[in-house]
Amino acid sequence: MARIVKYVFLDILRTRFILLYTAFLLISTIALFQLDSDSSKVVMSLLNIVLMVVPLISIVFATIHFYNSYEFIELMLAQPVKRNVIFISEYAAVAVSLCVAFVVGVGIPMLVYGAGASGVTLLFCGIVLTLVFTSLAFLASVVTRDKAKAIGIALLFWFYFSLIYDGLLLWIVYTFSDYPLEKITLSLVALNPVDLARIIMLLQLDISALMGYTGAFYKDFLGSNLGAIASAGILLVWIAAPLAWAQRIFSKKDL
Amino acid sequence: MLIQRYSLISLAWCFITLGSYGHTIVVDRSGKNKSIKRAIASAQPGDTIRIKPGNYREGNIVLEKSLVILGENYPVLDGDHKFEILTIHAHHVTIQGLAFINTGVASINDLAAIKVLDSKHLYIRNNRLENTFFGIHLSNSSQVWIENNELHSDVKTEHQIGNGIHLWKCNHITINSNKVRGHRDGIYFEFVTNTLITGNRSEGNMRYGLHFMFSHNNEYRDNHFVNNGAGVAVMYTAGVKMINNTFEHNWGSSSYGMLLKDIRDSYVKGNVFIQNSVGIFMEGSSRIEFTENTFSKNGYAVKLQASCDGNNFTRNNFSANTFDIATNGSLVLNKVNGNYWDKYEGYDLNRDHVGDVPYRPVSMYAMIVEETPTAVLLWRSFLVFLLDRAEKAIPAITPENLKDDSPSMKPYDFN
Amino acid sequence: MISIKQVHKTFGKLHALNDVSLELASGKSYALIGPNGSGKTTLMKSILGLVVPTSGQIYFDGKLIARDWQYRDKIGYMPQIGRYPENMTIGQLIDMIKNIRQQDTLDEELIDAFKLYKMFGKRMHALSGGTRQKVSAALAFLFDTPVLILDEPTAGLDPVSVEFLKEKIQHEKRRGKLLIITSHILSDLDELTTDVAYIYEGKLHYSNSIEALKTETGEKRLGKAIATMITQKQLIDSINA
Repeated sequence: MARIVKYVFLDILRTRFILLYTAFLLISTIALFQLDSDSSKVVMSLLNIVLMVVPLISIVFATIHFYNSYEFIELMLAQPVKRNVIFISEYAAVAVSLCVAFVVGVGIPMLVYGAGASGVTLLFCGIVLTLVFTSLAFLASVVTRDKAKAIGIALLFWFYFSLIYDGLLLWIVYTFSDYPLEKITLSLVALNPVDLARIIMLLQLDISALMGYTGAFYKDFLGSNLGAIASAGILLVWIAAPLAWAQRIFSKKDL
Repeated sequence: MLIQRYSLISLAWCFITLGSYGHTIVVDRSGKNKSIKRAIASAQPGDTIRIKPGNYREGNIVLEKSLVILGENYPVLDGDHKFEILTIHAHHVTIQGLAFINTGVASINDLAAIKVLDSKHLYIRNNRLENTFFGIHLSNSSQVWIENNELHSDVKTEHQIGNGIHLWKCNHITINSNKVRGHRDGIYFEFVTNTLITGNRSEGNMRYGLHFMFSHNNEYRDNHFVNNGAGVAVMYTAGVKMINNTFEHNWGSSSYGMLLKDIRDSYVKGNVFIQNSVGIFMEGSSRIEFTENTFSKNGYAVKLQASCDGNNFTRNNFSANTFDIATNGSLVLNKVNGNYWDKYEGYDLNRDHVGDVPYRPVSMYAMIVEETPTAVLLWRSFLVFLLDRAEKAIPAITPENLKDDSPSMKPYDFN
Repeated sequence: MISIKQVHKTFGKLHALNDVSLELASGKSYALIGPNGSGKTTLMKSILGLVVPTSGQIYFDGKLIARDWQYRDKIGYMPQIGRYPENMTIGQLIDMIKNIRQQDTLDEELIDAFKLYKMFGKRMHALSGGTRQKVSAALAFLFDTPVLILDEPTAGLDPVSVEFLKEKIQHEKRRGKLLIITSHILSDLDELTTDVAYIYEGKLHYSNSIEALKTETGEKRLGKAIATMITQKQLIDSINA
């Protein structure tokens, strides 16, 4: 497996996209730190990048990469190599490259300028979202043979989780505002990895407001050990479930 | 005029006591005088009672003479969970260096560690109060100095606990450098006027750190109100001066850094509001000057109800608040001008450190959250970002004329 | 060595393989023939596990291949159209495959014969169809595997290279390997194969040794023999229908 991961890595490095992505993150983060001396404000600005740009780049890049690796996958499949190993190696190499790009691009400036606990949480959220959206990209890639269609599905995933879902949630909250909805909204939030990551950041950045409105409910739940385990578990499911599903499809796919 | 006369009288009294010197009676568990009560009975006005360390369980001690009572190394006066410990009904008394523990708890009488009735010219200082129902309770008194006392209680439910420092119908009181923890209200005033409150720390009280009503012309300086159940609430009062106080970490759905209800003609300067669900909540309040305050990391810096008018916010710093200002109506009779807002995105072409375009501190999403609290969960999502942008471009919900026309480009330095 | 049992494969509505059963024995060389789109490549890919049959089983050395992958180190595969990571060089590609198969004994005869050493620095996307085909051939023979699956091996090669390759195939055949070859050039197959399997519209219509086929049809050349066989079959089919 390590050998195959190595070759996928070399292939990813050859395209230079990851280097560009790293540079983009590095430059934006440094620019934000330069413009604002308050690190918590920088974290707030970076949050937009983490919630919007990171998922978008991850899902589009991973989908395109999967299609560009078709020849490689085909070649490997004719060799005495397990299908799963090929698939997981592809995922591991893409996910690790994207994560390294993110950690280098955002984490190193944070280390240099200092960003505190909320910065660490932000890094965690960025890594998790990278992994989740890479999984979703692989799922989009195996359900169809058509590259354009797969990119379409990938973009739809992104659009759904970033915007449409929140629109629906807002509609629900607004329509049923007379009912006690804390528990329901909390579970609905958990069904969207972007929202879950956002709430974890809200607990750091806007705790005063959260405490005002929902009382201690969200903090008590998400701030407790149980809540931390639950949200970590849910995020893990968001990484593993699409990947497992994609892998199942891939194991029966004709090449 | 009134103050001067009182001080003259007290000065005169000082000379009289100094002149006669008085006698000193020593109370000691292992000595000749074992009882504080008997010492008081035998003392002449102007005498000093010196209490040695030890445990004194004498029920309710009533003091009706002008005496100086000094504790050595905090002798403990224990109320056995039944009694009010010390009741003072006399002028010119000093109570110093005592420890009061375990008063009784009653729903009809306000049992206190130190209760002062209809008295003048008192010093109550350097005492420690532990597990008392009411701590220091003054009614109908004046010229009292309450200084450096520490009050602490551990009771868990609100009906089993009274206020820390409780004043009713008093005037010309000084409350300085006390610490109050775990009471119902840390400091409570009703009909208290011309009083100075400085350097106190009121923390972790069940209801309010500071609570007053009908208490005009008092000045509050350099106090810390931290992590109280519902923050600070002040009502029905004119002429409040709030200067350099800190209101910190008051979290909850009805918790406020400071709640202002029917407050008029007041002055709020140099205070710090940090990490409160709401920094300042105000309704029915008029003609208050807010200046050089710092609002940081609050859920809302200011909630300004439409029932307020003639208030001015100038030269304040607003930073890292979730929402800066919220209001519940479109009519705006208050002025916001020349403040620093960290969310301001305007520019300063003429380099005069004042933004060239106005800042609108009321965000649209704050209005939505006001109506549907659960919607706060979507804060900082892309959807909300788009909504707020759209609203900034074409204001539809937010009040048109609540805006800062000359926002500062840089935070003010108040130090 | 390889037994294919009642294999069906459908791509949507298309029935690419329809109840194909075939025994492939060691030491024999099979010509897989049939018109374009008849299912030859699908059958080959099924043996390799690149295509997963809709139903039916394929056994390699008596073991079901469905969950297996190790059997593939006994197979050398030359695809009809070789598709390789485009920005790798020939050298990197060959190194990578060597590295992945981790085999000590290598047969680099074709690399030498095709003079691929001279082009090791060239990237795959810059190669002509013929060179690409040479790379495919070199890779297929590199590991001296007991089974060789060659999909149109001579297509696109220059005459000299064709001769090299045919020589190589014959050599391997003599060494007792199992060969499965498709080609449209039937004269090539005549020299290279011992048995013939004819697939048409996903169905296996005929499989026997070439000698038997020639005797049955009374033809001397494979091409003629097959043409006669097809006409006879059509005749029989029309009578039955």
